[in-house]
This record gives sequence, structure tokens and C-alpha cells, in this order.
Amino acid sequence: MLNAFAVLIDGLVYAAYLFIVAIGLTLIFGVMKILNVAHGSFFTFGAYGAASAVGIYFNRGLPEAGGYLLMVVLAMALGLVLGLILERGIMRWVYGRDEVVMALVTYAAFLILEDVVILIWGPGSYAAYQPLLSAGNIEIGELILSNYDLGLIAVAAMLAAACYWGLKFTRYGRLLTAVIFDRETAAAFGINVRVVYTVTFVIGAMLGALGGAIMAPKIAVTLGIGVEVIVLAFAVVAIGGMGSIEGAFAGALIVGICRAATVHLFPQVELFVIYAVMALVLMIRPYGLFVRAQPRKI
Amino acid sequence: MMMLLRRSAPGHGYFWFVLFGSLLGVAPTQAQNTAPPGATVKLGIVSFLTGPAAAPFGIPGRNGAEIMIEAMNAGKVPAPFDKVGFGGSTIESKYIDETGSTANVVTEFRNLVQRDQVDAVVGYVSSGSCLAVTPVAEELKALTVFYDCGTPRIFEERPRAYVFRVSPHATMDNVAAARYLLAKKSDITSYSGLNQNYAWGQDSWRDFAAAMQVLAPKIVVDKALFPKLFAGEYGTEISTLLTSKSQVLHTSFYDGDLEAFIYQEQARALDKRMTILATTGEAAIWRLRDKMPSGTIIGARGANGPLAPDSELNRWFQKIYSDRYGTPPTYPAYQMAMSLLGLKLAYEKAKTGEAKPITDQVAAAFKGIEFEGPSGSVKLAIGDGHQGISETAYGTYRFNKETNEPEIVDIVRFPAECVNPPAGVNADGWIKGGMKGAKC
Repeated sequence: MLNAFAVLIDGLVYAAYLFIVAIGLTLIFGVMKILNVAHGSFFTFGAYGAASAVGIYFNRGLPEAGGYLLMVVLAMALGLVLGLILERGIMRWVYGRDEVVMALVTYAAFLILEDVVILIWGPGSYAAYQPLLSAGNIEIGELILSNYDLGLIAVAAMLAAACYWGLKFTRYGRLLTAVIFDRETAAAFGINVRVVYTVTFVIGAMLGALGGAIMAPKIAVTLGIGVEVIVLAFAVVAIGGMGSIEGAFAGALIVGICRAATVHLFPQVELFVIYAVMALVLMIRPYGLFVRAQPRKI
Repeated sequence: MMMLLRRSAPGHGYFWFVLFGSLLGVAPTQAQNTAPPGATVKLGIVSFLTGPAAAPFGIPGRNGAEIMIEAMNAGKVPAPFDKVGFGGSTIESKYIDETGSTANVVTEFRNLVQRDQVDAVVGYVSSGSCLAVTPVAEELKALTVFYDCGTPRIFEERPRAYVFRVSPHATMDNVAAARYLLAKKSDITSYSGLNQNYAWGQDSWRDFAAAMQVLAPKIVVDKALFPKLFAGEYGTEISTLLTSKSQVLHTSFYDGDLEAFIYQEQARALDKRMTILATTGEAAIWRLRDKMPSGTIIGARGANGPLAPDSELNRWFQKIYSDRYGTPPTYPAYQMAMSLLGLKLAYEKAKTGEAKPITDQVAAAFKGIEFEGPSGSVKLAIGDGHQGISETAYGTYRFNKETNEPEIVDIVRFPAECVNPPAGVNADGWIKGGMKGAKC
């Protein structure tokens, strides 16, 4: 019973982490058909930005709640600036090219941004543990849970709800859905696809940076964190279906629960369980669980 | 300048070179084996300069190399290392980042040897890197000194001619860890392990669990967890440990993984439930400070850092390092310093007259070398004279709030012959066979 509860909670925490890092990636792919490797850089910038801000803020003994807010706001501001620079400076020149070319361009951007991180923050690692430790913990039976982790689940749930609401019930969401469904038809109906692209890319970048900021207190913020994240995010997005928000949600949940169950029950196979799940899903549903029907073009 | 690392196999090219050299009146053997007096010695220094392992390991290792090479070139290392450079030859160093895939590490190694024509390569933190570089170093006949990687497999798989490791391997760390644990906590009934899922983590756990099985067969293994290297998120592992009955957690985590794990376990008070035994913990104490749980059993991969024996060389090394970098040297810096000192001694032992010794001469001189460095006495006694053994020590961590400094107390020292396998014996077999011949 305790194990089942632990698997559920651990699975949800891990799923929350995966969803937060995958949602921006899937959004950009859904709208722009770009496999954005630079998403890992957004995560990295968010984490470094948050770590720097948290360090300065908490060292001054300011109220803790403000630290959480600063961490999130600063990361999203970094994502906004970085997203705009990348989209306006690089991506808009390659729209319409082959998807492989666009993926390679984002990979190049990722490599450049890794070096930019070294230029700004140096090769050392940063710690931003204060929000994690000051959040405290709660004891349930033998299990001690971090309140920060529980907050992570809440943040992921809110993000999922916000995305669902934004896509289904707002004007911009409907425009976005139209572009996702068919870019040319959407343009023919007068939708400014370029603006939709820019806004989507920037939102994706902000979500990536937010993921980095939220994870920063739990990890050693150091070079290479973006690589790990992008691999996991790709696995989640592939399971759920490239470009599907619901898919990212379901993919994160499946991976999170499967991984938690494996670590608790069969720890020796933990290393490849995520990819085993991905392979299994893709064998049954080659385009992922939630991929939408493609319009047939004549 | 002649390339000392490689000796080309005789062939057609060699024949024409001999002929052409003879016509010019140049003896080819002399051209291949000697160099002008006072010529520089080129070293390739490889360490993590970026990535998760850079801050706690790669950079201290690199800094250790930088400061030692500067001191050697200035002839300022205390006796018996006070000759300038390597036997009078100034050392020229090239620093390479170890970060990247194993294929990339091997490519960079080849570049150092074949393109930059370095005289020796000193480096590597990751056991994966060392395992990949070893056969290439042998193939290229390139003198290579591993400074930090710990897997015992390097010299167990087959004899090596050009590869050396002054720093003792992971078996010592884990046998000593088991001995320390049992000396301090003889009443435990079960323990768990959390180690990275690759050569280093697997070998560390294998040796620790085997040593515990020999020394205290009634104490059982509860959980053996192997998360992916650089996983970053350990919530599930912490839950698994919290729901276990273990009283001790063995971990060989290092780099950002160790720091991330410590932050995450602190948030969930795992260290209140079980004692953490961190075989590489010393490398993190100056960064984690009061975040490293008091009571953690700390290893330093040998008698390094706060566990190093007091000596003039050690005090000198601590001072020059702290003065330059503003933080005390951790064990990767010590290991780098010891590796360079060993190479210097071998080079000077091989050097006769003014000519630079060739690679084979340095390798022959390096074999079985014994010396005293900042970490105490080391002897290349196993691995056919290519693998060092030394005394080691373990202690218990506490953060001294009065001095606001980390401390390691309750230190226990273990002689080299107590925690290392004898020459010619495989580490795993030695432990499982009851650690016969151990002199404690």
C-alpha cells in the first residue's frame, strides 16, 4: 500500500517535471513543425537566470515568497527575450524549409547558446536550493514529501489547464488551432501566420525557461542540463504525439508512473524504461497517442 | 622537435628516411630519440572544463595542473621535486575539455598525440573516458597518466605498457569505506546503494557490497539503485530509500549529481533516517558547506584534502592552491598534483645526459615508481607496476558553526596493503576471496 502510494506520488512529481519541460517543445512543433533542439537552451537559461536571482535575493534576507515570484518572472523574461531573438534573428529565415534543415538550425542555435552560457555564467555550477529547502516537507506515513515537489504537481496541473483553456476558449487559441490544422488554409482565411509563429515560438521559449527556473532549486545548475532535458522531452512528446498538448500531458503521466514503478520494484531496468515505453507506444501508435488526423492534400 | 610519444614501425617509409638521412649525414636513430637540450616537454591535460563534472572535479583538477606546472617550471616545488620543469626542460601544457561523447574524448586524445605531438597526456575524470582511451593510448604508444578515474578494470583486463595511474583505484575507496563503516557503526543490519549507472558507479557498488559481504555477512543489502548519470531528479530514489529499512546509504555520486541529490534528500530529511556514506564526498564539502549533512561519512579517494597527512609538501600545496584560487584544494587537485609529480620523477629518472628521454624510457622508469607527495606515500605496486596504491582515510563530516568552516573528524587511516589487492590479483576476486593478505 505504501509502495503504491509512493509510486503514485513519485510518478506525479516526475510527470509534472516532464510535462513542464515538454509542453513548450510540443507547442512549437504543433504550430511550426519545428523540432526545436534549442528548447534545451531555454531550459538552461531559465535555470541559470533563476539560480542567479535566487542567490542574490535570498542572500539579502528578503521575504521567501518574493524569491519564488522573482525566480519565475525572471526566467520568463529571459525566455521572452531569447525566444524573440531566435525567432526574429534566425528561425524566420528558414521557415518553409525542410523540417530536417530547421531541426539542424535549432541544433546550431543550441550549441551557440551553450557557449553563450559559458560567456555569461562561466563553467562553474550554481545552486539555488533555498526555495526547495524553505518550502519544508510533510510526513505521510513513512514517506516524507517535499512541499516544493507537491507544488510542482500543482504548477504542472495549472499549466495544463491554462493551455487547455487558452487553446479551446480564447480567440488566439482558435487561431492557433487553425494554423496547427492547416497553415495555408489559415492564411487564406486572413490569419497572420507570421505573427502566430512569433507568438508561439516566444511562448514555447518562455515555457522552456519556466521549466528551467522551477527545476533550478532541485538540481546543480550547470552546463549540460539542457541536453538531458531535451532527450527526455523528446521521448514524452513522441509518446503523446508530436504537437499535441494532451499528448504531452498523457506522455508525461505514463512515463512518470512507469519510471516510478520501475525504480521502486525493478530498479535494475530504470535506465531504459522511458525508452522501452516509448518504443512500445510507437509500435502500436507510430505517430503517438494523441496525434490528430492529417488532412489529405491533393 | 622530435615526437617522443610514438615510435613508427619500421617499413618502407622508414627505409627511405634512413637512406635520405644518411645522405644528409643525419643519424635517424638520433633524430628519433633525442631532442635539443633544454627543449620543452609538451603535456596534454584533459579534464572536465565544462558540464556537470567541471566545477567539483574538472576545474580543481585543471587548477592543480596549472599551479603545479607553474611551480615546476619556476623550480619552486619543494625537494626532491625542485629541478626546473621535467629534468630541466620547461613544461608546455595544452588543456582539453573532457566533456562530450566517448568518441569525442578519443578523437581529442588522438589530436593531442598525433596533431599536437604532446610528450604525454595527463587527465581524465570519467571511468568511461579512461576505458575508451586506454586501448588507443596503447595503440599509439602514447604515454598516458590517468589522474582521477577510478575503475579497477584498466589494468585488470590486460597488461598495459604506456598507461599509468598514480591515484589508487575505486577498490581501495570502497574496501576502506566498508571497514570504516563497520568500525563506527557495527550495529547496522541493512544498507542500500545509490550509484550512477556506468563503470564508476557499478564498480564502486560491486566492491563495497562484496567487501561488506566478506566483513559482515549478516548485514544485508536492501536497495541497489542505479540512476542514469546526470539524471538530476532523484525524488523516486529518495522515496524508495525512505520506505526501506536501511540504516546506511552508500553512494559514489560525484559532480552535480551529488549536489542535486543532497539538496533533494535534505528537503525530505533522508539523512535523518540513514547515514550517508559518500566515497567522493570531500570534493563537495567546500561547495555544499552547511548543506552537507553532519554525520555524513566522507571519503576523498585517498588521503587527500583534509584527510591528507601533514607534511611540508602538503602544506606548500594547500597554500599555493588556496592563495591562487581562494578555496582549499580538493582531492581532484591532489590527484592531479600526484600524477604530475610521478611523471616528473619518471621523466627525470629516465633522462640520462642532456637528451630528452623517449617514451619507452619514461614508461620503463615510471613502472613501479614510489614517492612521497602532498597525499603522502604512493607506490605503483599493482597492475604490473602501472597502478598506484597508497594509504587512505575516511572521516565523518560536520560543519563547524563557530569557524563557519567544514570539518572532517573521527578520521581513521588505512594502510595501502589493508585496502588494496596484492599485485597480480583481480580486485573483485580478491574481495570475494576474503581479502587474503590484507595487512591492516
